[in-house]
Amino acid sequence: MKFLVTVKSVEDPEMKVKIKPDGSGIDTAQVKYVINPFDEIAVEEALRLRDASSGEVVIATIGRKDAQQQIRTALAMGADRAIHVISEEPADPTVVSLALAKIIGTEKPDVVLMGKQAIDDDQGQTGAMLAERLGWGQASFASKEVSLESDEEKAKKPGIKIAGNRAEVIREVDGGIETISVALPAVITTDLRLNTPRYASLPGIMKAKKKEVKELKLAELVTSTTPRVKLLKLEAPTQRKAGIKVADVPALDDKLKHEAKVI
Amino acid sequence: MSNVLIFVEHAEAAPKKASLAAISFGQQAAAHSGGKLHLLVVGPGAAAAAEKVKGFGAETIHLVDEPAFVSYSTEAMTAAAVAAAKACGATIIGAASSSTSKDFLPRVAARLDAAMASDVLAVVSATTFKRPMWAGNVIATVELTTPVKVCTVRSTEFGPPVAAGTAALSTLKVGLDPQSFKAKFVALKALKSERPELTSAARVVTGGRGVKGPEGFKLIEELADALKAAVGASRAACDAGWVPNDLQVGQTGKIIAPDLYIGAGISGAIQHLAGMKGSKVIVAINKDPEAPIFQVADYGLVADLFKAVPELIAALKKG
Repeated sequence: MKFLVTVKSVEDPEMKVKIKPDGSGIDTAQVKYVINPFDEIAVEEALRLRDASSGEVVIATIGRKDAQQQIRTALAMGADRAIHVISEEPADPTVVSLALAKIIGTEKPDVVLMGKQAIDDDQGQTGAMLAERLGWGQASFASKEVSLESDEEKAKKPGIKIAGNRAEVIREVDGGIETISVALPAVITTDLRLNTPRYASLPGIMKAKKKEVKELKLAELVTSTTPRVKLLKLEAPTQRKAGIKVADVPALDDKLKHEAKVI
Repeated sequence: MSNVLIFVEHAEAAPKKASLAAISFGQQAAAHSGGKLHLLVVGPGAAAAAEKVKGFGAETIHLVDEPAFVSYSTEAMTAAAVAAAKACGATIIGAASSSTSKDFLPRVAARLDAAMASDVLAVVSATTFKRPMWAGNVIATVELTTPVKVCTVRSTEFGPPVAAGTAALSTLKVGLDPQSFKAKFVALKALKSERPELTSAARVVTGGRGVKGPEGFKLIEELADALKAAVGASRAACDAGWVPNDLQVGQTGKIIAPDLYIGAGISGAIQHLAGMKGSKVIVAINKDPEAPIFQVADYGLVADLFKAVPELIAALKKG
């Protein structure tokens, strides 16, 4: 079975982003890049599914030339090869989904796995847009019922169950846990509690250096690379000020009753 | 025509509170575009729910109640929204951000060659919206440059809709065969709770890693019950399986803005703060005086939650 997994290179979520003084973008000096955490979960799930049966895991990245570092990390985790669509400018979900649809037309994977959102633009649209362009079924927010500290997770079992030409996916939805069965090929987007991604091992890092990374240009895949979502301005949100510290519970109780008047 | 179509979610014959905020967004968007507001309500109970959103100045409420809509289906919802958008000539299509809208609206956008803005915080014009990026650390003003525009709406940023003229009801025929769907519903394990719903509750009590386990979480629940509050949790508590995932407050979980938020044993990671910093009054109880949550708390109490929370419960019960 062939798995195609998207990997986006994003700013480290543990770092605070700085906005350029003119509001035209974020300050990229001294920014550390990582694999979008949701995509890392997608890579892990694809590796588990491949190892539970057989097949190939192909990484697809649309991003800057130096996003190759994140591609190498995914290969070091155990993916087999990668396709890097180089675009120095940020692309929006419409452009990305059109470019991915083109790649998928050639690669013909059985399952496309991708993070449910990227932690930079936080749009969360690309998976469903891609499924629509391909005319495929989708299962978004893939999760599992057992916790990340369960024995099942420690045994590195995949949360997604593939049987025949269908995948059974447990989805995190408002108010509960939904199970759906989707015909393959399909697009599956991953939520936080599907798995805990592995670290790349040293032998994995060595092997990754020799794995194939095919480079393409975004303009070769789509007729227009212009984002349909135009960023006009970035600004910082209004900051909340720290309030006061209270000495003890009676003081807190008093403040809530008589000052804030919320209880 | 630059009409606006809003998808209204409902439960037990009533619109969800978040969807009322989306209607409010729709009223604003229609005022900017000069078009009419239309609503879409689907599934069993749609007609009853529609009665409760009739008075908000929509021109028409489009009702869909066919067998394909008994349980949620991405493919069915996409078809219904596209059919409704075409029927009313909508150029702006919106819904409250939810696991439903986030699942199907990008598909609608792709089918209609529309650009989409997720989690809209404010309407600037009929084409331009404000939305969060980088976990809410950046507010972006974005222009959707396509003829049709799709938005999900952060409901905590929009108040209730303004009462206005009465809408006409119209049944929309989508005519789908569920047998043709690529994804099939298998089961839904609903997490029923007697407590208020997290995203619309006036008061929320949340617990984090400091609660130490499912046993400790009972204390959080007891405080919530004393306050008639909803229960929430940090990502750490959900990842550990102490509470259902559905209770996670934060950038990737639920975005909440209650009148009163009490966080106990929560350090206040950026991702958690992104989900609750819109709360009116924030109370933090944590034994670490350096915990980042104190930087946004109106009232901070540096204390062991296992002592402070029972004391607070006792004080509340005394009245």
